[in-house]
Amino acid sequence: MNQQVVVTGIGVTTPLGGDVLSTWRALLAGESGVRALTQEWAAELPVRIAGSLAVDPSEVLEPVKARRMDRCAQVAVVAAREAWRDAGRPELEPERLAVAVGTGIGGALTLLGQNDVRREKGSRRVSPLTIPMLMPNSPAANVGLELGARGGVHTTVSACSSGAEAIALALDLLRAGRVDVVVAGGAEACIHPLPLAGFGQMRALSTRNDEPELASRPFDKARDGFVLSEGSGVMVLERAEFAAARGARVYATLAGAGVTSDGFDMVQPHPEGLGAARSISIALASAGLSPKDISHVNAHATSTPVGDVAEAAAIRSALGSHPVVTAPKASLGHLLGAAGAVEAIATVLAIHHSVVPPTRNVDNADDGVELDIATAPREMTINAAVNDSFGFGGHNVSLVFTKEN
Amino acid sequence: MAEYSNDEIRTELGVILKEIADVNPDEVADEKSFTDDLGVDSLSMMEVVMAAQEKFSVEIPDSDVEQLKTVGDAVAYIEKRL
Repeated sequence: MNQQVVVTGIGVTTPLGGDVLSTWRALLAGESGVRALTQEWAAELPVRIAGSLAVDPSEVLEPVKARRMDRCAQVAVVAAREAWRDAGRPELEPERLAVAVGTGIGGALTLLGQNDVRREKGSRRVSPLTIPMLMPNSPAANVGLELGARGGVHTTVSACSSGAEAIALALDLLRAGRVDVVVAGGAEACIHPLPLAGFGQMRALSTRNDEPELASRPFDKARDGFVLSEGSGVMVLERAEFAAARGARVYATLAGAGVTSDGFDMVQPHPEGLGAARSISIALASAGLSPKDISHVNAHATSTPVGDVAEAAAIRSALGSHPVVTAPKASLGHLLGAAGAVEAIATVLAIHHSVVPPTRNVDNADDGVELDIATAPREMTINAAVNDSFGFGGHNVSLVFTKEN
Repeated sequence: MAEYSNDEIRTELGVILKEIADVNPDEVADEKSFTDDLGVDSLSMMEVVMAAQEKFSVEIPDSDVEQLKTVGDAVAYIEKRL
């Protein structure tokens, strides 16, 4: 069993809290991190709600470091520091340490902000840090610099499955024995009028501006789109042998991953969730498990009318309707490229603490759902759980975590 | 119309170096090299130059930046062009 991969450290910064403990507590309590946007620029937008960070990264990072990073790299470093500390700062050769941090959008705030500078003051005023701050590999590269990783720094870019795909990549790297430890996750920070307008024009966002906390309602009949959020989740993954040798505390085993593409449409999921069902089945096979072994699903469910029922169909066809399902975006909003990583961490914590966090705002589950959705915390032993993430472009990523024995 | 004395230029430069590269203001002395003594890398140096141009309303062409190896070089350069 020398190819087993375990989770030994976790870190997040989200609209619910600036670290794992505060985020997990708020998630268990069914709180919402979605608020009305009070910035002046929001006034003219059709969508004026979002899930902004509970703790601004500039309050946590050294000012000189923070000013050299886009906000999406800042959040990655905040989460990575917590995860690394939580893992007990593994000592290893830097050549055996890799990083995989995905992002959906990358340094959009820098790109847009510096373009404003260029227009208003001229190109000679554009910051020389513009490119290293806006490039999408910047969050991963900054985490790599922070930890001195020399075993490869990777960036997965697959829209809202980027963070989960980074974890799937980490599993491959560790199973292949290329490195001993991978710091993996996702980061996103693009609450700005342009992405809000763009997603809004797709009619992808909820316009429940007057009731921000009720806006994100996965699987509910009255759902009308997702809520844009920001943040990061990062986990420390290790070869089980390496973790055992250093006596590391283990949260769970990353037992399998499945990555598929729909080959169907740029932004619409396959109506029956075929690609999603296939990613779940591949992840199960990769873990050596069968559908009956899975007792919990942490769903992608973003609160869009089409996506949630397609995923429900995928879960039913790949697993059946027995797993207890939760949709954390009801509380968190949608962290795009960070969502998969933050939700993978929620899945790990559910296994570790034997409790499924609740899904708020499911007042009337949609007819097409037909799943056992936890609307209150559900205490239960979870031996194996699936975490789904999907992204524009037709990306599907499923991860399987199991209880460590 | 020198708005800044020699000392004031050095002090303001220290403020800029602190903000951009976390340089201890006590370290900012004429003989100190930006790269070797104060740890200012090339990108930070570009930022320092931009900030100095704005602060002192002077033009510092790229071709001149290479000559500005020490704090003293920069103070003298700016003083001459105020």
